[in-house]
Amino acid sequence: MGQRVGIEVSIALADAVKLANVDVIAAYPITPQTHIVEHLAELVAEGELDAEYIPVESEHSAMSACLGSSAAGARTFTATAGQGLELMHEVLYVASGMRLPMVMAVANRALSAPLSVWGDHSDAMAVRDTGWIQIFTENGQEVVDQTICAFKITEHHKVLLPVMVHLDGFNLSHVIEPIEMPDEKDVCEFLPFNRSPLTLHPLRPVAMGDFAPPVVFTEAKWAQEQAMLNVKDTILEIWEEFAQKFGRSYKPVECYKCEGAKTLLFTMGSFSETAMTAVDKLRDAGVNVGLIRLRLWRPFPFEEFRAAMKGVETLLVLDRAISSGGPGGPVASEIKAALYNEVEKPRIVSFIGGLGGRDITVTAFEKIIVDGIELAASGSGREYEMVGVRE
Amino acid sequence: MQNLGIYASRLVTKEENFVPGHRACIGCGEALAVRLAAKAFGHNTIVVNATGCMEIVASQLPYTSWKLPWIHTLFENSAAVASGVEAGLRAQMRKGKLPQEDINVVAIAGDGATLDIGLQALSGAMERGHNFLYLCFDNEAYMNTGIQRSSATPFGASTTTSPAGKVHSGQTSQKKNMPEIAVAHNIPYVATACPSYPFDLIEKVKKGLATKGPAYIHIMSVCPTGWRCDTEITIKLGRLAVETGIFPLYEVENGQYKMSLVPEKLKPIDEYMKLQRRFRHLKPDALAGIQTRVVEEYEKLLEKAV
Repeated sequence: MGQRVGIEVSIALADAVKLANVDVIAAYPITPQTHIVEHLAELVAEGELDAEYIPVESEHSAMSACLGSSAAGARTFTATAGQGLELMHEVLYVASGMRLPMVMAVANRALSAPLSVWGDHSDAMAVRDTGWIQIFTENGQEVVDQTICAFKITEHHKVLLPVMVHLDGFNLSHVIEPIEMPDEKDVCEFLPFNRSPLTLHPLRPVAMGDFAPPVVFTEAKWAQEQAMLNVKDTILEIWEEFAQKFGRSYKPVECYKCEGAKTLLFTMGSFSETAMTAVDKLRDAGVNVGLIRLRLWRPFPFEEFRAAMKGVETLLVLDRAISSGGPGGPVASEIKAALYNEVEKPRIVSFIGGLGGRDITVTAFEKIIVDGIELAASGSGREYEMVGVRE
Repeated sequence: MQNLGIYASRLVTKEENFVPGHRACIGCGEALAVRLAAKAFGHNTIVVNATGCMEIVASQLPYTSWKLPWIHTLFENSAAVASGVEAGLRAQMRKGKLPQEDINVVAIAGDGATLDIGLQALSGAMERGHNFLYLCFDNEAYMNTGIQRSSATPFGASTTTSPAGKVHSGQTSQKKNMPEIAVAHNIPYVATACPSYPFDLIEKVKKGLATKGPAYIHIMSVCPTGWRCDTEITIKLGRLAVETGIFPLYEVENGQYKMSLVPEKLKPIDEYMKLQRRFRHLKPDALAGIQTRVVEEYEKLLEKAV
């Protein structure tokens, strides 16, 4: 059995990486991710974790070093946030295109300008299409559990795609929570080292990253996409195995008080817990509302999401990023697309809020829900609504 | 080095790690340099290749010209990827996941990937002291994309982005001194080489591989396509670059400079320049200016080597 401790989420995440007994960590400091790699540096310095710690000169090189390390067969980890994730951008495609297993924690942060170190999901949305598996977490316990699961997912021979574990910058990364840290022996059993079938070694020379003429490129990308489409089943299996061993179960889409709800609020990340309190209060006041939370962002769990929409009349989607000049928040756009071909589908209202560290309080969530229900009935003429903007 | 030429050709391995069938242009000095370097690598070597001529020449799916484990990722990150490969192997060997053995890690890149876009990653990797060899194959412009200037393009050379015109006459800046930048990182081994001197090149690559820590070798690679010269004079041009003092051959071991070849008298640069149409627009006074600078730079180097 694990031990329940009060611990900062970033530190707990680093401890989970230690439990995974990684071989290589490449790290560049960026707020609000820093506590993760700082604690890993301490663990390596103290000899508590036997790993190579590469203090790189940029995030671009952090991801590049991870590429090299993973290609050489080592269990590999890095962490980043905001601008750092953007600097890694082109390397992210290479990691997934080469089918290299690795895990990256992203402490989600707004993108400049104006400069903001505080949290939103702009960085995650900008790397939406990079071919990485992406999991959004809601609390410290989930951060720890999903970090451990991420290593098992990424190394699974049916998967071999890199995994991002998203946690909200500051809102989650810097809070102290009661977390049950899994026992080292249990993690060892759950997470045996699963070497990639193709690695760089003189015994069996392989060429990785050749260039593809037009006659090959489409097939290469299709093969990668097939792998991504098959990933969900494997993730479900691994989450089930995790539940058996550690007693905590996870689903791609989670519902809270959705039974019979005509209106659902849709959120991702740590704001979901605040939103739950608002849902509780409105339920007590007789409003028929529930909350739906998306955990698995890539691959998008279409089946589970559509099933959760049965009988729902109104869906209020909260985005923490703007798709500038577009039809609403990036998540809302995807959700509209996912439901477009359904015969019965809810009316959707797109909200954008919580940008650059702006809080959305319980009261503000209540207002979103109340306003949203009204807007769904009458409409506002706008593509999306900005939450709490001071004009 | 002169004595080496008498017997060394018999000692060089017949084995090829960079095999025939690649797509290099006729007379490519870089393909020759890569082949010679690859002979020195031996079997226990992993090659990390930056985007550039050699990656395109040698790796079109589903073929490869490499008999060694080889990886290409991006233009600017070969030094960072090599850092990861080296660290990944070290960690796995220490933890017993891989057997203990010597595996060379070599990063190769062109001048654009080294002196321009990849300089930061290379600087970082050298500063961190990774045990790897970095080879820059310098053909003095972005030849893979069609002869655009780089910071390795020599003063006065006409390229598609430093064209000779009515106002400017080719490249307006001086060639960046990359070997000196490597030396400034206090790494244990820095050298220059040219495939026109094959045994010297092979010896230097072997020395670089045997070095514990980062090693950097800057290899002049004649490019007939970009230099607008005849394809059969690649070797001759390489020799002229050395004999005129434009590309001196030297080593810097732990900060100690040593010339690999000191011609009795430097040849005039005209002999080198007139064979390349990239310099044909240069007027006598411009050539005289280049000549003066070449001699000055060469003498500065000689002084350090004392």
